[in-house]
This record gives sequence, C-alpha cells and structure tokens, in this order.
Amino acid sequence: MKLYCLSGHPTLPCNVLKFKSTTIMLDCGLDMTSTLNFLPLPLVQSPRLSNLPGWSLKDGNAFLDKTELIDLSTVDVILISNYHCMMALPYITEHTGFTGTVYATEPTVQIGRLLMEELVNFIERVPKAQSASLWKNKDIQRLLPSPLKDAVEVSTWRRCYTMQEVNSALSKIQLVGYSQKIELFGAVQVTPLSSGYALGSSNWIIQSHYEKVSYVSGSSLLTTHPQPMDQASLKNSDVLVLTGLTQIPTANPDGMVGEFCSNLALTVRNGGNVLVPCYPSGVIYDLLECLYQYIDSAGLSNIPFYFISPVANSSLEFSQIFAEWLCHNKQTKVYLPEPPFPHAELIQTNKLKHYPSLHGDFSSDFRQPCVVFTGHPSLRFGDVVHFMELWGKSSLNTVIFTEPDFSYLEALAPYQPLAMKCIYCPIDTRLNFIQVSKLLKEVQPLHVVCPEQYTQPPPAQSHRMDLMIDCQPPAMSYRRAEVLALPFKRRYEKIEIMPELADSLVPMEIKPGISLATVSAVLHTKDNKHVLQPPPRPTQPTGGKKRKRASDDIPDCKVLKPLLSGSIPVEQFVQALEKHGFSDIKVEDTAKGHIVLLQEAETLIQIEEDSTHIICDNDEMLRVRLRDLVLKFLQKF
Amino acid sequence: MDPECSQLLPALCSVLADPRQPVADDTCLEKLLDWFKTITEAGSSLLLLQENPCLLGLLCHVLKPQDLSPRVLSFSLRLAGMLAAQEDCFQYLQQGELLPRLFGEAGPLGGAAWTAPSVRSGWIQGLRSLARHPSALCFLADCGAVDTIFSLQGDSSLFVASAAGQLLVHILGLSLQGPAEGHPGLQTGDWPVCAQKIVSHIEESLRSAATPQITQALNVLTTTFGHCHDPWTQVLWGRLSPLVACLLEKDPVPAAHSLVDLLLSVARSPVLSSSSSGLWETLAQTLSHLSPTQAGPLALGILKLQECPQVLRAQAFAVLLQPLTCVLEATAQAPGLLDSLDGTGGASVTVDTLLPSKAACVGLLCRTLAHLELLQPLPQRPSPWPQAPLLGATVTILRLCSGSATPTSDAGGHLCAFLVGCVRVQRAALDFLGTLSQGTGPRELVTQVFAVLLEYLTSPDSSPTVLKKAFQATFRWLQSSPETPGCSDLDPHAHLFLRELLPVLPKRLCSPCWEVRDSGLEFLTQMIGRWGGQAGFRRALLASEVPELTEQLLRDPESYVRASAVAAMGQLSSQGLRVTPASPEHPGGQQKSLLAELLHILSTDSEGFPRRAVMHVFTQWLRDGHADVAGDTERFVARVLQVASQDLDWEVRAQGLELALVFLEQTLGRPSSHCPYAVTPPVAAPPSSLAQALRPLCRVQLFEFAFRALFDCDRPVAQKSCDLLLFLRAQTASYGGPQGSGSVPEVASVEAALQRWQAGDQGQPLGYLEPEVVVAVLRSMDLEGLRGALAESSDRVEKSPQSLLQDVLATVGALGEDEADCY
Repeated sequence: MKLYCLSGHPTLPCNVLKFKSTTIMLDCGLDMTSTLNFLPLPLVQSPRLSNLPGWSLKDGNAFLDKTELIDLSTVDVILISNYHCMMALPYITEHTGFTGTVYATEPTVQIGRLLMEELVNFIERVPKAQSASLWKNKDIQRLLPSPLKDAVEVSTWRRCYTMQEVNSALSKIQLVGYSQKIELFGAVQVTPLSSGYALGSSNWIIQSHYEKVSYVSGSSLLTTHPQPMDQASLKNSDVLVLTGLTQIPTANPDGMVGEFCSNLALTVRNGGNVLVPCYPSGVIYDLLECLYQYIDSAGLSNIPFYFISPVANSSLEFSQIFAEWLCHNKQTKVYLPEPPFPHAELIQTNKLKHYPSLHGDFSSDFRQPCVVFTGHPSLRFGDVVHFMELWGKSSLNTVIFTEPDFSYLEALAPYQPLAMKCIYCPIDTRLNFIQVSKLLKEVQPLHVVCPEQYTQPPPAQSHRMDLMIDCQPPAMSYRRAEVLALPFKRRYEKIEIMPELADSLVPMEIKPGISLATVSAVLHTKDNKHVLQPPPRPTQPTGGKKRKRASDDIPDCKVLKPLLSGSIPVEQFVQALEKHGFSDIKVEDTAKGHIVLLQEAETLIQIEEDSTHIICDNDEMLRVRLRDLVLKFLQKF
Repeated sequence: MDPECSQLLPALCSVLADPRQPVADDTCLEKLLDWFKTITEAGSSLLLLQENPCLLGLLCHVLKPQDLSPRVLSFSLRLAGMLAAQEDCFQYLQQGELLPRLFGEAGPLGGAAWTAPSVRSGWIQGLRSLARHPSALCFLADCGAVDTIFSLQGDSSLFVASAAGQLLVHILGLSLQGPAEGHPGLQTGDWPVCAQKIVSHIEESLRSAATPQITQALNVLTTTFGHCHDPWTQVLWGRLSPLVACLLEKDPVPAAHSLVDLLLSVARSPVLSSSSSGLWETLAQTLSHLSPTQAGPLALGILKLQECPQVLRAQAFAVLLQPLTCVLEATAQAPGLLDSLDGTGGASVTVDTLLPSKAACVGLLCRTLAHLELLQPLPQRPSPWPQAPLLGATVTILRLCSGSATPTSDAGGHLCAFLVGCVRVQRAALDFLGTLSQGTGPRELVTQVFAVLLEYLTSPDSSPTVLKKAFQATFRWLQSSPETPGCSDLDPHAHLFLRELLPVLPKRLCSPCWEVRDSGLEFLTQMIGRWGGQAGFRRALLASEVPELTEQLLRDPESYVRASAVAAMGQLSSQGLRVTPASPEHPGGQQKSLLAELLHILSTDSEGFPRRAVMHVFTQWLRDGHADVAGDTERFVARVLQVASQDLDWEVRAQGLELALVFLEQTLGRPSSHCPYAVTPPVAAPPSSLAQALRPLCRVQLFEFAFRALFDCDRPVAQKSCDLLLFLRAQTASYGGPQGSGSVPEVASVEAALQRWQAGDQGQPLGYLEPEVVVAVLRSMDLEGLRGALAESSDRVEKSPQSLLQDVLATVGALGEDEADCY
C-alpha cells in the first residue's frame, strides 16, 4: 500500500493511494499562493498599476502544484472532501487521459462549481492584451528579482482553465451521500462521512474486508452551519491520513469573530467603509449570521452590507436549499418553515444586498459608509481590486482579512503605500491541535500519516510544542513529491467457497471450538473476488488432444501427506523412548523448545513449536522408528 | 410555654405518633426542635415534661414496634436527648428506663429503622445533647454507646460519620472535664474509663493500615485540639504524637490532607504549641515528606501562624514557592530572580516531578497563586517578601498562558504546551498580579507587567472573564504607579502605557460579547474617577473615541451594559469630559443633553439596572453640584423624585430617598457629615426661619415622595423614608420659633390622606403642602413607633410557636384532601 504525495500544501492536499490494485486520488486542491507574485488585474485600467516600473508581467495566473510522480491516466477514482479541495479538478480530468470517476457530495459539487465559475469569470473578464512566458525559462528566471527568482518550478504554472473545461470536469463527478457505501471494482469500498467543516464536506473511509484507511481532510468540531463531524465511524482504522487542519492554530475563531465585529463597528461608526475580501461561500455565511445578531446591538442597522460576486446570488440561495447537509439547529428551521440562515432576513429587510459585479445596479445603489464582501482573497483579481484602489487612500476605511489562505502582507504589497487600516482576523474553523489530539485519543488509529508541517511546531513559533501532532506511535510525515509505503502489510484476503465444495468438507475438531478440514480446490479470481471451486474431475485421457498441464498436477495432490497437529509432551515422550529400549536419554531446554539427546545412538531429536527434527547418521531404520514414536503424540487428519 | 401552645401540644403529639398521618415536611420538625430548645434552655425540662405528659407519651409510643416514619423517630430521639440534658430530667427519664430503651441496644439501634440515615443521625444528636453531666457518662458506658459511635465513624452517610466523630470529641472532653482539670501531669492511665477507651480506639486507628480509619482518628484529634485547650490535651498529644510521627514514615503518607489539618490544629493550639517539644520538627518533617500538592496547604497554614520558628517559616515559604521556582527555572529566567526564591536551600524540584501532567500542573499553579494571594496582605507574611521574583514568575506564567513566552528548555516547552490558553491559570495569575501591585518592583519588571497586561487587553483570544481580571489588575497597577512629584498626575511611564491602552478600549467597547463591553466600561469609570482631573489623562481620553462610544452604549441592548454606560457617562460628565462634536448629523446644539437622556432612561428603560445607575449618577451630581444640576436644582430634584416615585424597582425608590436626603441636607444648610471627602457645594446662608427653610422642599414635593415611601410595600424603602423624616423632624426642632401652626383642617386632611395611603389606597396625591402643615403632620406622626414596627421582620407573626404548631397540625390534617403547601 503506497501513498503518493503530490501537494506540499497541508490544507490543499492531493494524494494518491494505491490500495489493492486500485488507484485513488484523495482531493485535488489548487495552491494559488503563486498568484501573489503577479500584479492585480484591475477591472478598470489603473494608471498607478500600469505605470509601476520594471517588469511588466502579465500571464495567466492559476497554477498547478503537481509533479510527474504518477501517470494521471491511471487514476481510477478521485474522492473530493470539500469544495476548496477540488479547484484543480479540470487540470486533472482534462487533457491527461483520465478516464475514472470523481466522487463528491452534492453541495460540494454545486459550491465548487460556483467557486470555479467565479474564478474563471474574474480572470476572463479582464483579457490580457499580451502575455509573456519567456520568464519561465530558468536562465531568465534567475535574473528576476526575489521572490520571483526563488519560485519553484515555474514551468509547471499553468493558465486558468476555461468554463468549458470546468463543465467537462464536473460532468465526471458522481454524487454521493454521507455514509453511502460505494464499491470500487469489488476490491475496496469507499464511504464519505460528515466532516463538519463546510456544506457537504466529507472525510472518507476506504476499506477492504480486513483493512481500513481513513482520510480526514478539513474537519471541524465547532458548532457552525454544517452537519457535525462523524467521529465514531473513524474508529478502528489501520491508517488515518490527516490533512487540512487549521492554518492559524493560534487564532481562536470565536475571538477572531469578535475582533472582526468590533473593528467593523469602529470603522463604520467613524464614517469609514469596510472591505472584506472573501470567497463567495463558507465562512461568509457564519459572518453574516454573526453580523445579523450584532448589528442591532451595535447600532449599525442603517449601514448597508454589499456582497459582490458573479455567484453571490446562487451562493446565498444554494445555502438555503441544502437543508439535509446542515446542522440540526438549522435543519429544524426548515420544518417551521423558516430559511435556515438568517441572511434571508437581511436580504428581505434590504440590509444585505448582493450584486454580480460592480457594474449595473450596484453603482446606482451604492451608499457609504458601507461594508463590502467581495473576492478574491488574494487581492489579485475580482472586484476587490477596484475597492482597494478606491478606498486605499483614506485612513477612515478598513480592510479586514478573514480568509487564512493568503499572507495578508503579501496580498497588500502592490497597493502600498496604503492609508487604509488593515486588520487580520483569520477565521479558520478546521481542527486545531488540541482537538486533533482528542480526536486521535478517541479514534485510536494504528498509524497516523500527515504532512510534515504538522509534526513540528511552526517555524515562527518553534517553542510551541503544543502546535504539533502528538500521538503514539509518532505520526508518519510526508512532503511534496514523496512516495510513502504505508506501514502495514495486508495479511488476509477473503475467499468464498462454493456451496458444493463446502458440502464435501469433513471438519475435524482439534481443540474445543476449532475444527479443521483440508480442502483441495481451484482458486478462481475475477474482479478482485476470490472463489474456491471444486477441482475439475480427473479428465479421461482423450487421446491425441493436448492435455492441460493443470490436470497433470492433480494426481500429485493426491499423495499429500496427512497434516499433523498437537504438541509433544517431552516427559511422556522420554518415557515412551525408554519403553522402546532407548537408554541414556538427556533432555536439554533450548530457547525454542527441547533437544532430546540419545547419547548411545548418537542421535538428536529437536522438538520445537512448529517442527521436529530427527538427526541421526544414516540409520534410516532408527529414524523411522523415532518418527513413528513422535507421530504417536500428534493428531493426523 | 404559653397556654395556647400547651393546649395544641397533645394534638401535635398524637399526630406525630400516628403512622397514618405522615409529616410531609422535615423543616417543621426542625422548627419544633428549635422551639423546644429555647424552652429547655430557658426553664426546667422536668417541669415541661410534668406539665405536658403528652411528650412522655410520644417518647414511649415511638418505642412500640410499628411502622413509624424515620423522621418522627429521629425527632423523638433528639427531643429525648434535649430533655435529658438537665440532670434532674435525666434522672426522671431514667426512672422509667426510657433512655436505655431509646438509646440502648433494645431501641431503634437493633431495628429495621436503623437503616435510615436520619435515625442514626437523630440517635447521635440525641446523645450529643444528652451528654452534659457525669450521670450521662455512666449511662453511655452502661449502654455501650461508645462502641456504636466508633462504628458509626465509618458510616456510609457523611453527615452521620462526621457527627459521630464530633460526638466522640464531645464525650472525651466531658469525661476529662472533672478529674483531669488542673492536673496537667496526670497520665492517661489515670483517666476515666470512657476517655481511656476512646484514646485506645484512636491509637488503634492510627496504627491501622486502612486509610479511612486513620482519617477518622486524625479528624477526631483535629476537632479536639481545635476546640479544647485544656491541659489534658497536652497529655493526649504527648501520648499520640509518636504514632502520628510514624505515619510520616510511610510512603505515600496516608490521609495526608487530614494529617495536615491535625498538625495545623496542634500548632494553633496555645497549650500544645508552647509545650510540645517535637512539634516544629514534625512540621518540618511533614513539609519535606508530603507531595507538593499536599504540602501547599500546610505551608500556608504554617506561614499564617502567629508564632513559629524562623527556620520553619523559611522552609514552608520555600515549599509554597516551589512551583513558581520551577516555572522560573524551566523558562531560564535571570539567575538573580531564582536565587531569591530558592535561596532557602530547599531541595530543588524539577518540572517533571512537580508539574507532571496538564491537570496537575494547572491545579498546583492555581492553588499556589491563590495561597500567595492570601498570604500577601497578612502582617505575618514572610519578610523579606520576594516581590521581584514573584512578579517575574507571575508575568512568566501569564506569558506562557498566552503563548508569547519563548522557553528555551524542553521543560519550558512542556510547560508552555500545558498552559497555553488555560483560562483558570490566567485568572489566578491576574488576580495575584493585581495583589502584587501593593508592593513595588524593579523598573524593568514593572515595564514587563504593563506589557503583559497590555498583551492580554489587546489579545482577541482573552476570554471575557480573563479580560475583566486584566482590567482590574491594570487599574490596580496604574493606581500604585508612583505619581510625579508635585502633581497627582500619572507618571510618564503609566502615560505611555495609557497611550497604548486607549486605542484598545474602543475595540473592547464594540465587542459583540456584552461581558467585555461591560468590564470595559467599568474600567473606564474607575479610571475617570481616579484621574479624571489630570490634564494628561484628559488629553489622551478626549483624543480617543472612547467618550463618544460610551455615549452610544447608553442604548446598548444589554441592560448591564446600559447601567455601566450610565455610570461611565455620569463620571465623564462630572469631569467635563463629555464631547459634544458638531458632526454633520448632529449640528450644533441639537444633541440631547445628557441630563435629558438619563431622565429618559430613568422613565422608560425596561430593566432595573440602568435606572438604578441613573439614580446613583443623579445623587452624585447633586452632591457634587454638577453644572447641569446646579442651574436649576429644584426643578431637577422635582423631576427626578416624580419619576422615581413611579418606579417599580424598590432600589430606585430607595435611591430616590438618598437623593432627597442630599437635597434636604443642602437646603437646610448642613453639609452631609458622613462623607468627609465630598466636595462641599456652594450653600446659601442658612435660612432664617423654618418655613423658609422648608419651602424649597415643599416646592419639589419631597414630602409627598417621602410619605408615599413611608408606606411602601418594600420594607427597606419604608425604613429609609422613616429615617429621613425622623432626621427632618430633628432638624426642624433645632429651628425653634413658630412650631407647626398650620391650619387645622389642612393638617387633618393630610393625615386622613396618609391613613388612606397606609391602608393601601395611594391613588390620591397630596398636592402642594405648606411648610407649616408639614411640620404639624411630622410632629403628630408616630414615626418612632413606625420605625420599631418596620425593624421587626415581616414574618414575625408567622414565626410564633403557636403558628408553627397550628401549621403542623394543619398540614398533617389537611394532607389527605388538600396538598397545598402552606410554606
């Protein structure tokens, strides 16, 4: 069993598991941090950005963090755990010869589609007049200023996919529900479990009859909107692959939400605007819910909240229809009937307004001071670029970063000097290390496999021994482009016996409760299922026709020696020897059993747990006598 | 006993004796016992029995085999004991062989009723009351009660077990009262048999291998030495101390907690601590033998002792400080700090042994910090007090908890992993840090203190309770920071801190968590109260958004926050720190005055807390002569009293009376005497005549308010009003001159109205009253009588024994038909 690790990013994993002749890809996250090396794509021509000195670099900016570790066309299935971890799907399913199936839950697919749609829309609506690619040449790249010259494997950076590719990739997905058992080629069974992190987010169990691998990716134990995490089903795993823990282990989400609200209120009260760069789904639902409770108490009822995204409307509406994927609290609301999320009320009362883009209705409705939620969190494309340019010069305004995926300082770099206030309140509800250690204590897997980042404290806080996975035995770690042999051997396989063959067996009880029978049969293997069938009858010689070699072998089977079982009680054995005329017998105890020494006959009898050797010099008669004596103590069948 | 009760008693006894009429309520039996106790303490029990034969009948009756409830049986046992406490009554009961039948083997002791803990407890308490005289001792010996008590020490009911232990102590004390008194040299061999029996039982228990038995023996001794300081205790301790010392040699020390209690009790006993030779050595040995967790309370106890050898104190202090030493060691603090904490040469303990697991580490640190906090203000605290190392350790703990410390060693790393985010330790450490503000510290440490406090106040991860403690500690440190000579402003150091703190405060005032907003406002109020007059502070505050935000919080959805905002705004306004910016939304003077806003809250807020806060602010403003009030004081007082009198919350009405009193004192030209620091408002020259003096009070309708309050359904309000009127009457007497010569019909009509009010009909107002009428009414009222009536508790009628008996009878009688609870 092997694990191929294609991504070094712990929260955007991409691993391939080879297990019992199946090749299973676990997630395909897209690491977009390399976009930070590019200039923002403004919706409106920005004189400031275009007049920046030096390198004018304009290229597609979506990147695939993959190596040629594995031939993607051999991947049988892809299991997706949440919508953030499927953003690279088109790169894998398109133009690689991939012919397999992708499994994901419905909300994952729908919201994943929205995220991809938004990404494509953001990129495509600002077509580039020119694009350069010469810099990807290693010799030229070396000349570039840092950090560009230090970027790894720029040659693998790829252009953003098109909507067509997205649609084609999504068409390969098969929808699944929690706890649904999916057979893969009869060899393994995969099951998604609720992971509590996002709408439809799942952990996966991959099991055969005797082995169980759990894949935990992006899970949360906090009470937010999704269904709570299913921990019980993860018990008794041989291997637990653990990825997607919180990216900001030192920030507690509750504290950060408080910080977010306080800063928002402070800014708005002073007449400033608040910009929240965010994804169109996920934490934004929780933020809107917190604000729903907070705005009245903070006297912000008159402040408009704008949510601008090509998929804003779909995102807000989708969230309301996936009732069965929500936490219990929200599910019960549906039966009242009430919308599960309170943002419906915010929309109804006109406190929250959503627009597909800056153009159109928004420009006529726009009122300040206000709060704007818009993408993309990298500040490199999307409507957020415009608001950064618009509001960056006033110290009254505030930009509040809530998504932890990008370094906020790097994201802000092209906008410097910046007068607006910047607040960093990363909200990451995924498991922290305390929760992980509780989870592992509860679930008790035999082995834990995780990205190497989790096995040591973060480099910036090397003294924080609490910020790493602490389990026994120590977790196995992987890094990008590594192939890991998972630390357990498959020892058993389930084999079925045909009824007529089973009928012919004559079990013999060798111990109370344990019966044995010998069986001669033909092992038939097809589609990873093994069946014992009755051996073909000895074929009649058919004359000149060629006989199969197999039937040649069958007569050999018939002279099988009987099987022996039991143990030899040394004292009684010695007595038996004496009775048969052997004298001068010495017994030595060894580590594995006993040696009976017949000094007179210069013969040794080694008795061990699973073997007995009689060593005598060319006296076959003596050997046979002794053998028969030994056999008297054993059962034959 | 009064005749009415005597008449009811037979019925009561027969009800109690009737198993078909169960007593539903335990409390009434307790009340009956209390009542009998007062009777027997006041008079002869024998007489009581003879006059009320039904009591004896009840006691005899319960002995008959029947299905009596355990409650009644327990009650009877306790009653019998109470009666037998007097020797003549004891003899009387003995004649009838009643006592042996109640308390001996033939009684409930052997029966099925004994399984009920209440019966066992009643048995013990009965004996406890009974054992008052030498005859009782003989009785106890005869009926073999002491052995039963021994076995009850291990009873499954904790109440019974503890009572059994206390009974043993009592019997021991009683038996030694006579003979051993005055003979300190008397050996235990010469003690009464009963005492000897108990002592050998204790000895046996101390030698036992079972921890529960050792614990029982230790507890008996602890109680004995704690309560009795007779010379015989010295003999007892002399005999038992070797056995106690033997316990210390076991590993682990059994019943360590009880052992600590015993040793401290011995050390506190004036007889034992002065005489016994090996006590201090035993204490020292115990300190070094016990585990750090167990030794902490002992060390604290030793340090609290008034007199104790210096060496032992030093050792105890070292033990107490061990966990903090460990923290400093593990985080490799400056060696100077370590030396002063560890200088006593105590065995150095490593983090691994002292703080092995997270739970142990957290528990021990919290206890240590709490112990030190208790010790800090005591006069007998160790001297020199290691202020600097303690500060260093506390700051380090706080930094470990917040994750900002960077320990270099492995031990420090573990400690950090244990403590990160631990709210319990944070709270304990912040409390202790606040206490440490009483002392000073080296400059750089104080800087660190302020830095760590700022870190906590800024951190979004600080929980609301931690934040509250951080605010409290901050205020205490700011208060203790040295003032610049010449002016009472904050020192430059604290100023720097304040400059960083003030940007944090607005964020806290905007927190979605109301507890945070509330503690932020409380802190602000304290700060303004202390430094509101200082130029530096005023500048910094005015430059911040704090005053504006505070005003917005007057409309907070949470009532506690509104109340705190009212208090803070009151302070801000008193100090002239309220900003009235002419913002585009509120041009010029359109902004509501604060007075109007507070009046609005007082009359409309649905919760009591903000309204109470407004009343406090108004009272303070009136006392201080606040500008908004001083302009037209009478109008202000009239408005406030009018609104307050309508309030449903009695505290608001009571505070209204407080405000009335302040106004009254100001008007009558007598500055309030009970507040020596109050700013004396400009008082007009004392008015010449009484009528002139009272006229402003009449104009603001103070009397209507006070009279209404006098008949308030809430007693505190009525009492306060009564006091106010009495004070006023005394004041009017000092004027002399024309005495209450108001027109008679007017006085009569007011008195008639007041009578109606008293009867509950407060609808009709009094209208404007002439001073003369007021004086006449005041004089005619029996205010002293009213005060006396109010001083009695409201349930005085219901508490009478007669009512109690009636209630018991009523409940029992009515039980069948009507289950209504009459309590």
